[in-house]
Amino acid sequence: MSVSLAVFLAFVASTLGITWWAAKRSRGASAYFAAGRRITAWQNGFAVAGDFMSAASFLGLIGLIALQGFDGIFYSVGGFVAFVTILLVVAEPLRNTGKYTMGDVLAYRLRPRPVRALAALSTLTIATLYMIAQMVGAGALVALLLADSGIGYNTAVVGVGVLMMVYVVFGGMLATTWVQIIKAMLLMACTVVLTVLVLRHFHFHLLDFFAAASQVAYHQKGELVVKDFLQPGLRYRPPHGPLDLLSLSLIFSFGTAGLPHILVKFYTVPDAKTTRHSVVWAMILIGSFYVMTSILGLGAAVLLGPDDIVAHGGTNVAGPRLAQALGGDFFLALVSAVAFATILAVVAGVMISASTSFAHDFWTNVIHRGVERRPGESVLVARIAALAVGAASILIAIALGPASNVLILATFALAVAASANFPVLVLSMFWRQFSTTGAVAGLTAGLLATIGLIVVGPTLMGIDPPGAARHLIQAAPWFPYENVGIVSVPLGFLASIVGSLLSHAPSAEAKFDELIVRANTGLGAERASG
Amino acid sequence: MNSTPENTPLQTTTECTRIAASKQFKDLLAVKRMFIVPAFIFFLLNFIGFAVLVGYAPKLASTRVIGTVNVAYLFALAQFVLGWTIAGLYLIASAKFDRLTKDILAQNDLAQNDLPKIDTPRGGH
Repeated sequence: MSVSLAVFLAFVASTLGITWWAAKRSRGASAYFAAGRRITAWQNGFAVAGDFMSAASFLGLIGLIALQGFDGIFYSVGGFVAFVTILLVVAEPLRNTGKYTMGDVLAYRLRPRPVRALAALSTLTIATLYMIAQMVGAGALVALLLADSGIGYNTAVVGVGVLMMVYVVFGGMLATTWVQIIKAMLLMACTVVLTVLVLRHFHFHLLDFFAAASQVAYHQKGELVVKDFLQPGLRYRPPHGPLDLLSLSLIFSFGTAGLPHILVKFYTVPDAKTTRHSVVWAMILIGSFYVMTSILGLGAAVLLGPDDIVAHGGTNVAGPRLAQALGGDFFLALVSAVAFATILAVVAGVMISASTSFAHDFWTNVIHRGVERRPGESVLVARIAALAVGAASILIAIALGPASNVLILATFALAVAASANFPVLVLSMFWRQFSTTGAVAGLTAGLLATIGLIVVGPTLMGIDPPGAARHLIQAAPWFPYENVGIVSVPLGFLASIVGSLLSHAPSAEAKFDELIVRANTGLGAERASG
Repeated sequence: MNSTPENTPLQTTTECTRIAASKQFKDLLAVKRMFIVPAFIFFLLNFIGFAVLVGYAPKLASTRVIGTVNVAYLFALAQFVLGWTIAGLYLIASAKFDRLTKDILAQNDLAQNDLPKIDTPRGGH
């Protein structure tokens, strides 16, 4: 048995122990969906970081920087900036006015059934997109590591899928939170060691390191070129590049603040003040993590070289291979096991947000009009939903195969969150005239525009040379930008605003006073229990 | 699961309307807004400005400052420093928000759990 398998199995065993412990303690909906609201600030900070720093961040980002230099680093900055939005605008009012989901906040003063149905739909869409990215990451790792042990992509995807279903179905939010806390600690430790190893290679002379990163040689269309990897422009080139980058910056500014699996974490703490402190904890962890990934990405470009990365396993495994080059097979095993742990923890988080939204928003509140017919019904439905969504995502991930950079895939989920969820969430908390019609228009327009433009954009449409079909649809793309935020984010806001102005909703306006009093004072907010 | 007796919804709404109209509550909102709005807009414009600089002025962004480290990379690092600084300032400012909130609650003879919990409004009305 290889070292990586041993480390990985040790992680799995300890997390299953946590799940067993959590399952014993987990009684009732508040315990299952919100960990009894007893998570402390630092714990939730680590859990949010563990929930957010995904395979996309660790595997995809290092690979992207290693091939495209500064334009990849832009993604590291982007992952961090939305936490300022979360801290200042979203987290505390969300905690004070909701129970388990984003749908709660919307339903507070709007007509609950249509807004909850659409909120559940966008949550499930985001969850699926995010999940595909994580599953592909898991498969790519296995292809690198365990190829000769006979464990292939499909087996890896099924294994990851089944494990995450166990965490979510049996342990609920409490188990998921602790899995994420441990994973965040492992990932941070691993990243620090790897960064130190990269810098040690340059005898800790930072300027020597950056000098090396400013002249990276590789082959492009058969010719040897030397590029400064600190210079922008390797990915986003004119004519469409600059606007694409601007588009990306809009997605980054708001996307994470509309990601359901991040938002649910703010319901697991006792009050808004703890929420605030937990966001700051998360910002410290996530920020330092992303600063280090820029060093790791450039380090991979310098020490391995883009040619070597493309030839051996592609962008998704540049990080683990950098670890191998610096610390040998043992370190490769360790880093890969941590990457697996990362995928498991994120997938469990995404999974629980999707099943919570289905059970709480759709089943209990849309189908059964807010009445839980039997005690424990919503938890049972959430468990069944977790099984169903898990099975579906395993099948989709197998059908797609280990295709493109997982970071780009995850960015699509972020685009949906920025264009559909964020506008309605913010307007419902801060704008008196916001109405049900506005929310329905905003969610629908944001969701459709994002998905539609991605389908007709250069990621799925393109003309490849015969025999090397890389694009799904062989035709010139109708929409020239990879990142759709420049259209979809303003459209989401515009549809919400126009829809609200065209309708008159006295009841939604009347309840606004109640909402802002609750949002700002915490009056009547959900308490810790269980 | 509520630890306090439920108020009727009517009382809740009246209570909230009264608080919303009070001077202390308006002051609280004003104090919060005075920090949050400029801080958020400043950070947003700074990040979007960063994207514009990198995309539209790659020459300027590639100007080397220390060794081969250029404006673009320093600007990228500055985003983290700025984000952390805003977070720190917000924590300091929020001590005042919490104090004002406590005053409002005391003034109205309310503890935080005196209103019924936010329950999910019943569907279909």
